[in-house]
Amino acid sequence: MELSGADILVKALADEGVEFLFGYPGGAALHIYDALYRQDKVKHILARHEQGAGHAADGFARSSGKPGVVLVTSGPGVTNVVTPVATAHMDSIPMVIITAQVSSHLIGDDAFQEVDSIGITRPCVKHNFLVKDVRDLATTIKKAFYVATSGRPGPVVIDIPKDITADKAEYIYPKSINMRSYQPVIEGHPGQIRKAIQVLLSAKRPVIYSGGGIIASNCSDKLRELVRLLGYPCTNTLMGLGAYPATDPLFIGMLGMHGTYEANLTMHECDVMLCLGARFDDRVTGDTNKFSPYAKIIHVDIDPSSISKTISVDIPVVGSVDVILDEMIRQIKKSDRKPDTEALQKWWVQIDGWRKIDCMAYDRNSEIIKPQFVIEKLYEVTQGDAFVSSDVGQHQMFAAQHYKFDKPRRWINSGGLGTMGFGLPAAMGVQFAHPDATVACVTGEGSIQMCLQELSTCKQYDLPLTIVNLNNRYLGMVRQWQEFFYDRRYSNSYMDALPDLVKLAEGYGHIGIKIEEPSDVEGALKEALSDKSRLYFLDFITDQTENVYPMIGAGKGHHEMHLSPRSAGGDEERELA
Amino acid sequence: MRHIISILMENESGALSRVAGLFSARGYNIESLTVAPTEDASLSRMTLVTSGSDRVVEQITKQLNKLIDVVKLIDLVENEHIEREISLIKVRATGSGRDEITRLVEVFRARILDVTDTSYTIELTGSYGKIDAFLKAVPNDSIIEVVRSGVLGIARGEKGLRL
Ligand SMILES: Cc1ncc(C[n+]2csc(CCOP(=O)(O)OP(=O)(O)O)c2C)c(N)n1
Repeated sequence: MELSGADILVKALADEGVEFLFGYPGGAALHIYDALYRQDKVKHILARHEQGAGHAADGFARSSGKPGVVLVTSGPGVTNVVTPVATAHMDSIPMVIITAQVSSHLIGDDAFQEVDSIGITRPCVKHNFLVKDVRDLATTIKKAFYVATSGRPGPVVIDIPKDITADKAEYIYPKSINMRSYQPVIEGHPGQIRKAIQVLLSAKRPVIYSGGGIIASNCSDKLRELVRLLGYPCTNTLMGLGAYPATDPLFIGMLGMHGTYEANLTMHECDVMLCLGARFDDRVTGDTNKFSPYAKIIHVDIDPSSISKTISVDIPVVGSVDVILDEMIRQIKKSDRKPDTEALQKWWVQIDGWRKIDCMAYDRNSEIIKPQFVIEKLYEVTQGDAFVSSDVGQHQMFAAQHYKFDKPRRWINSGGLGTMGFGLPAAMGVQFAHPDATVACVTGEGSIQMCLQELSTCKQYDLPLTIVNLNNRYLGMVRQWQEFFYDRRYSNSYMDALPDLVKLAEGYGHIGIKIEEPSDVEGALKEALSDKSRLYFLDFITDQTENVYPMIGAGKGHHEMHLSPRSAGGDEERELA
Repeated sequence: MRHIISILMENESGALSRVAGLFSARGYNIESLTVAPTEDASLSRMTLVTSGSDRVVEQITKQLNKLIDVVKLIDLVENEHIEREISLIKVRATGSGRDEITRLVEVFRARILDVTDTSYTIELTGSYGKIDAFLKAVPNDSIIEVVRSGVLGIARGEKGLRL
């Protein structure tokens, strides 16, 4: 039997196992919306803005490992979804974004709600497809899911003109697909792995630096095994938090611009670095000329173009980090050579010395709520077992630093693009993927206003999120840079005319609480988190002057951190504020 | 250093813009770019001349390979290869200048395709350097128009870039 393109699309999504489709309707997508109406396999989640739909699908993908799927209409629907697509692209998140297009005969005529969706999205997708014939539709969908989820994952756009969704064809959904032009490398080169093991076992001051790749390939158990087998210190990137348990003694914290003193100095002083599924991003390396001057670097990555892009590495191993970790563990176990325990012991003494600096110390006796304190309490109240999404700014860094993630896929944030507005819709996606889990969104009064409309979506679908708003009345991260680098000229970083966020939350049908005293923090969190039936908007009025420490300024190396005045040895030279 | 990258791509709409977009987005330079169908209708061939440090060119080839539509590519400069470019050159040719141009055409083994009382249109094929040399030899003020195809290249020997 022949089906319409719209029915083919929806059936293919169901056959792909898609449970939720996050979207927003419009003219060019109406045949598809009609097909959705006539079935009950794929559940459509109506966001309040295409940006919300996109980030929700992204949050779903990050927390579940399954691809996030989005449907938007042509023109403004597409331009609105570009930010989420770019966000997912930067963080290698598998997504399939279906964009409706004006009818084929109108393409190129500046038709109503026409934009060049393929052209606009091209630089921020892993790949995109324009469907020109309904007979190609099912295969194109299969290809899109395959490309999005294999190799280094990423978003894939399928642009479907309206007439194609009406045209009919036989429905045949391929079981698998082979593309001659796309063959991701999975196995690592055995010779390279052998070399890597030799160098790794000869280390005197090793470090294991791992990133989002471990999470993408679901192998944090293997990372744990390797680290424990060797007894080497492990640091995670912002994207990799949770891949190695934060409460484990071998974990030395996050590295990079706001990483821990011990992680950054370990990176600086190491003689062998094993980088697993991370990409030497500029927020991680600081000044590349000063980066880890004594290190022999082993880099395992599935994307050949990540290798020696910003930092030249000594031993590249291209392939799936999951498969390569297996092989590394096997070879280490059977090797006669063992880690140099004497050298390691000395190394750990040095690292423990750095730890004593207590680089994330803050004033615990403050009468004004400190943002770090709220995160610590959130950690305690949720017993470290929540999914935490965040927006972008100081609050994001405080959450990354003070919530100790022990499991992968629990920390949901926009690392590469740094998209304010991500937190709330992403948390919605997490809650859809994990209906019974505790989901908190850590945000700031600046960021939350960028996708606030999604509070309405939360109401419609009864999502019992806890929004932890660290309200410092400033675009705090901007203010911090202006304090440090612009002589305290606070240009446009004050959030004037803030709405009453409690009333706003209530207006959307949720519960809002304003918290102004440190002694009320824990109670409010407990109240919100114990009620699994309602969304709580917790508006914490926090210290406006707090800064994120440690900090590596632009153009500085890992050894040139600014420490908090509160940290032990936060000496004059290292202090800025 | 100058590199000639020969690429086999799926013959899909938008393939050219993916390559051009990659170069502009990452700030790589393109000296010339040619695209044409191949003997296999599902593939097109792109020949791209670029320059940069070894590190940049390594990134260029990796980034090109990463494009989903790219099936295969090689950097021809890494091995013995042949390179050709065709150019159509229109020059003013009057009085004694006419003889001079004809002499140059002979020396460079070019051909005159079109003649008027005041101009010649010349076809010249050769390496990039040969065409440059010809253009230097022709008196500068006599050149009316230069149309160059961009470089084509192929490896020497019996091996070819094919599926
Ligand atoms: C969409 C977007 N616009 C601008 C920025 C630049 N930016 C980074 S952090 C920040 C301030 C965020 O303020 P807020 O959400 O209140 O968080 P805080 O830093 O105060 O914790 C800004 C404007 C961004 N990351 N994203």
